[in-house]
Amino acid sequence: MSTAPGGRADGSANVVSVKGVNKHYGPLHVLKDINLAVGKGEVVVVLGPSGSGKSTMCRTINRLETIDEGEIRVDGELLPQEGKALAKLRAEVGMVFQSFNLFANKTILQNVTLGPQKVRGMGKQEAESVALDLLAKVGVANQKDKLPSQLSGGQQQRVAIARALAMRPKVMLFDEPTSALDPEMINEVLDTMISLAKEGMTMIVVTHEMGFARKAADRIIFMADGQIVEESTPEEFFTNPRTERAKDFLSKLITH
Amino acid sequence: MWVGAGDGAHPPVRKGSLVVNTLLDNLDIFVKHFGTTLVLFAWSAVFSLILGTIVAAMRVSPVPIMRAVGTVYVNTVRNTPLTLVMMFFALGYPQLGLPKLDYTVLAIIALTLYTATYVAETLRSGINTVPLGQAEAARAIGLTFGQSLGQIILPQAMRAVVPPMFNVLIALLKNTTIAAGFSVLEAGAIRAFLSERGEPALVVLLWVAAIFVVLVLLLSLLQRYFEKKWRVA
Repeated sequence: MSTAPGGRADGSANVVSVKGVNKHYGPLHVLKDINLAVGKGEVVVVLGPSGSGKSTMCRTINRLETIDEGEIRVDGELLPQEGKALAKLRAEVGMVFQSFNLFANKTILQNVTLGPQKVRGMGKQEAESVALDLLAKVGVANQKDKLPSQLSGGQQQRVAIARALAMRPKVMLFDEPTSALDPEMINEVLDTMISLAKEGMTMIVVTHEMGFARKAADRIIFMADGQIVEESTPEEFFTNPRTERAKDFLSKLITH
Repeated sequence: MWVGAGDGAHPPVRKGSLVVNTLLDNLDIFVKHFGTTLVLFAWSAVFSLILGTIVAAMRVSPVPIMRAVGTVYVNTVRNTPLTLVMMFFALGYPQLGLPKLDYTVLAIIALTLYTATYVAETLRSGINTVPLGQAEAARAIGLTFGQSLGQIILPQAMRAVVPPMFNVLIALLKNTTIAAGFSVLEAGAIRAFLSERGEPALVVLLWVAAIFVVLVLLLSLLQRYFEKKWRVA
C-alpha cells in the first residue's frame, strides 16, 4: 500500500528510528505498526486528519507517550524506560508543543537558561549568553525579563523554540506548533522554523500548515487511523497523491 | 468594666480585676504552658511540612512502589483519630524497648506523622492545579522528576496551596492541646493546673481561648503575606 517499512532504511545514520511501534488506548488502536526513519538534517512533515495518531506518534519519540510494542531509537540509542537515563535522552530531543508550555513561574530568560544550567551543568553567565543569542535569533530578546503570560502567543512559541534549541538537541519535534495561534502570528513562527530547517536541523513537524509542508519538508508522512498511509516528497504528495485516503484529505483542504 | 454593669451587689471594678488578675497572677503558668504549645507547634509544623512534601512527591512519582507506600501511609494515618496516634506514642512507644524519649518529643512525632498526611494531600491538590503541559515541558528539556517538581511544579502549586495549607497549620496549632492528655504541659493543661490554685475554671478557659484566637490571627496574617507574595502575575 505505501512505502517500505522503516522509510529510508540506510541504517546507522538515522537520528530517529521507529520500528514496529504499536499503541493502544484501551480498545482503541492508536498507533498501528509505525515504522519511520529520519536521517540527519532531514525535515519530515507529518500530515493527516485529526485523530490519525500523528501527535501521539510525535510524542512517543521522547516518551511523553509510552508504547506497547516496538522500539524507538534516538541517535542509535534505545529509548530508556524511566529515570535519569530517560531524562538524559530527552535532553537530546527538543520539543515544541501546541500550547507553548513555557514555565509560567520563570521569566523568558530563565525559561531558556533552566535546561542548560540544570541538565547540562552550564554556568549561569554562559547559559545567559547562549540564551540571549537564541532569543535574539527568534526576535524576542527585548522581552527577556517578562513572564510568559505577558507575551503574545507567537512570541511565546518562539521562546519555546529557543528553549528547546538551548539544549543543542539532535532532533526537534514540533507538535502542531501553530494550531493554537491567531492567524496573524502563524507566519512569525513558521519563518523561525523555516530558517531552522535551512540551517540543517533535523526536524519532525506535525502540522496542518500545507504551505510550510511544501516549502520546508524533505519528506511528507501522511497518517490516517493510526497508520502511515503514504510517504513521499512534498511535490509528489500534493500533485499526485497515491492513496484514496490522501486524495480525500487533500480535496477537503482545497474546497474549504 | 469587663463584666457588664448591673449585677447588683458587686461593683464591676472588683469583678473586672478578678478576670485580669486570673491572667496576671498566673502569668508564669500561662507563659510556660503556651511556650510549650509553641514549641510543639513550631517543630511539628516544620517536620510535617518536610515529611508532607516528601509524601506528596511520592504520591505523584512515576515509580509505582513509591506511590503505593505514600498512599498506604496517608490512608492509614489520616484515617486514625489523632488521640489514638498520640496514645500510641505516649503509651505504646515506651513499651517497645526503643530509646527512651521525652513526652514532648513523642508528642511532636505524633503530631508530625498525623499532620504530614494533611500537608501531603494539600500539596497534591495544589499540584493538580498546575497544567500537565508544565510537567511535560519540564521533562522534555531533560529535567529529572525531582527537578521538575522543585523548579516548575511546586512553585506554581504553592499559590493554590496557601489558604488550605494554613488551614492545616491552624488545625495543628489547636491539635497540640491533645498532648495535655499525655503529660505534656502545654496550653491545654493550664485549666487543670490553675484549678489547683483555686482560680475560676471558666475565666481560665476564656483566657486560654483568647490567646489561641490571637495566635491563629497571627497565622492568618502570615497567610495573607504569602498569598500576596505568590499572587499570580
